[in-house]
Amino acid sequence: MRSLIKLSFFFILVSSLFCTKVNAAGDQHDLLEVDWSFKSFFGKFDRASLQRGYQVYTEVCASCHSLKHLSYRNLAEKGGPEFTELEAKAIASNFEVIDGPNSDGEMFERQAKLSDKFVMPYANVQEAIAANGGAYPPDMSVLVKARSGGANYIYSVLMGYDEPPAGMELDDGVYYNKYMYGNKIKMSSPLDDDIVEYSDGTKATVDQMARDVTTFLQWTAEPHLETRHKLGFRVIIYLSVLTILVYFSMKKIWSRIETKV
Amino acid sequence: MSDHEYTPKSKVGKWFNDRLPLLTLANHLTDYPTPKNLNYWWTFGGILTFCLITQIITGIVLGMHYVAHADLAFQSVEHIMRDVNYGWLIRYVHANGASMFFLAVYIHIFRSLYYGSYKSPREVIWIIGMLIYFLMMATAFMGYVLPWGQMSFWGATVITNLFSAIPLVGESITNWLWGGYSVDNPTLTRFFSLHYLFPFLILGLVVLHIWALHVPGNNNPIGIDIKKPSKDTVPFHPYIVIKDAFALLIFLLIFAFFVFFSPNILGHADNYIEANPLVTPAHIVPEWYLLPFYAILRSVPDKLLGVIAMFAAIFVLVILPWLDTSKVRSTVFRPIYKQFYWFLVADVLILGYVGAMPAEGIYLLIARVATAYYFAHFLIILPFLGFKEKTTPLPMSITEPILGGSPDMAMAKNNSNFKEKL
Amino acid sequence: MSESEKKKPNRRDFIVTATTAAGAVGVGAVVWPLVDQMNPDASVKALASTEVDISAVEPGQSITVLWRGKPVFIKRRTKEEIESARAVDLSELKHPEKDEDRAKNPEWLVMLGVCTHLGCVPLNDKGDYGAWFCPCHGSHYDTSGRIRKGPAPTNMEVPKYEFVNSNTIKIG
Repeated sequence: MRSLIKLSFFFILVSSLFCTKVNAAGDQHDLLEVDWSFKSFFGKFDRASLQRGYQVYTEVCASCHSLKHLSYRNLAEKGGPEFTELEAKAIASNFEVIDGPNSDGEMFERQAKLSDKFVMPYANVQEAIAANGGAYPPDMSVLVKARSGGANYIYSVLMGYDEPPAGMELDDGVYYNKYMYGNKIKMSSPLDDDIVEYSDGTKATVDQMARDVTTFLQWTAEPHLETRHKLGFRVIIYLSVLTILVYFSMKKIWSRIETKV
Repeated sequence: MSDHEYTPKSKVGKWFNDRLPLLTLANHLTDYPTPKNLNYWWTFGGILTFCLITQIITGIVLGMHYVAHADLAFQSVEHIMRDVNYGWLIRYVHANGASMFFLAVYIHIFRSLYYGSYKSPREVIWIIGMLIYFLMMATAFMGYVLPWGQMSFWGATVITNLFSAIPLVGESITNWLWGGYSVDNPTLTRFFSLHYLFPFLILGLVVLHIWALHVPGNNNPIGIDIKKPSKDTVPFHPYIVIKDAFALLIFLLIFAFFVFFSPNILGHADNYIEANPLVTPAHIVPEWYLLPFYAILRSVPDKLLGVIAMFAAIFVLVILPWLDTSKVRSTVFRPIYKQFYWFLVADVLILGYVGAMPAEGIYLLIARVATAYYFAHFLIILPFLGFKEKTTPLPMSITEPILGGSPDMAMAKNNSNFKEKL
Repeated sequence: MSESEKKKPNRRDFIVTATTAAGAVGVGAVVWPLVDQMNPDASVKALASTEVDISAVEPGQSITVLWRGKPVFIKRRTKEEIESARAVDLSELKHPEKDEDRAKNPEWLVMLGVCTHLGCVPLNDKGDYGAWFCPCHGSHYDTSGRIRKGPAPTNMEVPKYEFVNSNTIKIG
């Protein structure tokens, strides 16, 4: 048993090494910390926040940022914003997709269906870059996982617009952001109070919208997060019980030769 | 291989066994006499077998959904994560499984270093083990390329460029590796093919590793030769099986924690950005398990020498059985080596740490000192220590108390003579 | 072996049995995701329906469209074809089905163009019944897509479909 304790100690040592690695990637300012509902072992999404976040995404972000790995059907799936199927169909029908070729060999436009992927604001990366002054607005499907700091980072950047410190020169179309890597960002502050009108009566402050859209983006990056937490909890319980059973079996079996294990 | 004659009880069993002695093999494996004093550090062999099988099974499953094409790879991984039934689970098990595999293999290697398991007569086990370790690194590296994220792409670029350091033919070799003039689609498809092949080579080597182990039998924490079967041994089944199972479950608890609650903490955020040949990430780091070698590579200011140093760091391990001149296996009886052993552990951890840091300033200095010490440990300290060190007396057997007095070197000799008489 | 073997108890301890059982349950639970991953995934399931424009199909003509990766025959039948399909005595059929049940709108026959023998695609306007004939193993189908001769066991399958309007059929 002593070597087992040593062993666990070793695990802690090694894992603390990983953590230093992760922290070392942090930026100048410490990120804002939010007590997200999806954190923790039993973490779940706040359904209303996801729906509001989708609204912020469509009305504010979607004109430049794509969500190319998502399909409209995802909006109605379990563990997400959980719009009803009818609502999701209605959302999809607002978009036109190009389909085809038809029997005459021509491409045609039609209303998007649940099975279609989210329509992208630009046809390709080059067009997106050209339309945004040389900066590519990244696809947001997995953006939360693509930034160290995750949800806190996205939230911080949305909240981090400020006057540049004295002596900092900014080119045209470049903005100061406390939390952005290198502090320079080519996106102007996207959120303003009441820029969207929430149908559930929530007041659309910048902070509220930043929280909602970050929650939404956490879901787009990790759509099975709730299932993962739920299944993970069961697996841990099962393994713990089995570990205890095996431990006593081991004691029993080794007692036949009267040696300590 | 068999330690005693085995005859199956049933007629059918006997008929079959006479033609293909599978039952004899099974009997050998279950009855295999194992030292009864093996501690939990010895459970990692079983854990590693589990890891390999898990990686192969989840890998085959992922291969059913993954598309090895530069334009589609990233998308197909997202497809696995979103749409495939339990795809997220299988991919997270595979990705974190690689880390857990290396965690286990490092413990396994350092256990061997501590208890002298690489020493005569187990040199071949050790060398096969090092081959497995080397193949594991190659497999893991190529696997990390497959999602075709930024770290995949730039990691592949940096590592394949190592070969460009070779004089005269360097460029031809890198072009040959790439199948072009940069890392691109042909590179991805061949990496996928080899990533699928190597685990089966590893599996074959594991069979040889275990076969080679079963010839002399297990080493043990005291490191003396034991008579087998005897009072000092227990049959593998059920005693060692149940102990391995217990340790495996503890290991699985940690594994499950990563998979379900921190699946991306061991990876790098940049790999969720699709590969872009025009933009290099600010800070390229390999997966944590390759960091010590990466630190060695970067600590040498010359390109070719850096590459040589990195490969030498692995090669020096291969010839370790001949670098360590001490006949006493277990560090328990080597008071001075014990200190150097822990220095080495610390040294490798430090190398891993600075490998994750930018190669500049104090980090570079630390990396250089640590690299120098790493080689000094194997090339200077170990060979000399064997002659100089005064070891403490070895016991005659696991069950018997130490028979004080006799010098250990002679005792070690006695032990091997004793074995030959059997 | 001697020492330890002698001490092996005859009956297995309860705790060991319980542990083995619990372990077996776990192994079973692990197998399920590995099996289920091969089932149609969420994106495949979402592609359940397809809409087809039939305005250009003349009587006697047949078009083939792809639905769930399989060919679907959409045939606009002539009067004679409908009559011959409806005149058949059910007792003559290997797989008795009324034409009225297979084609709700008698003019339009919609069915999976997959031979029920081993999955080949039958040819149109061929065979002893002037309708479909499967070249793989010689199954003959009539103008209602019913098996009449040859090794196929059942009639060609009619998928779920509906007329969205007079010009459009939605399959699935």
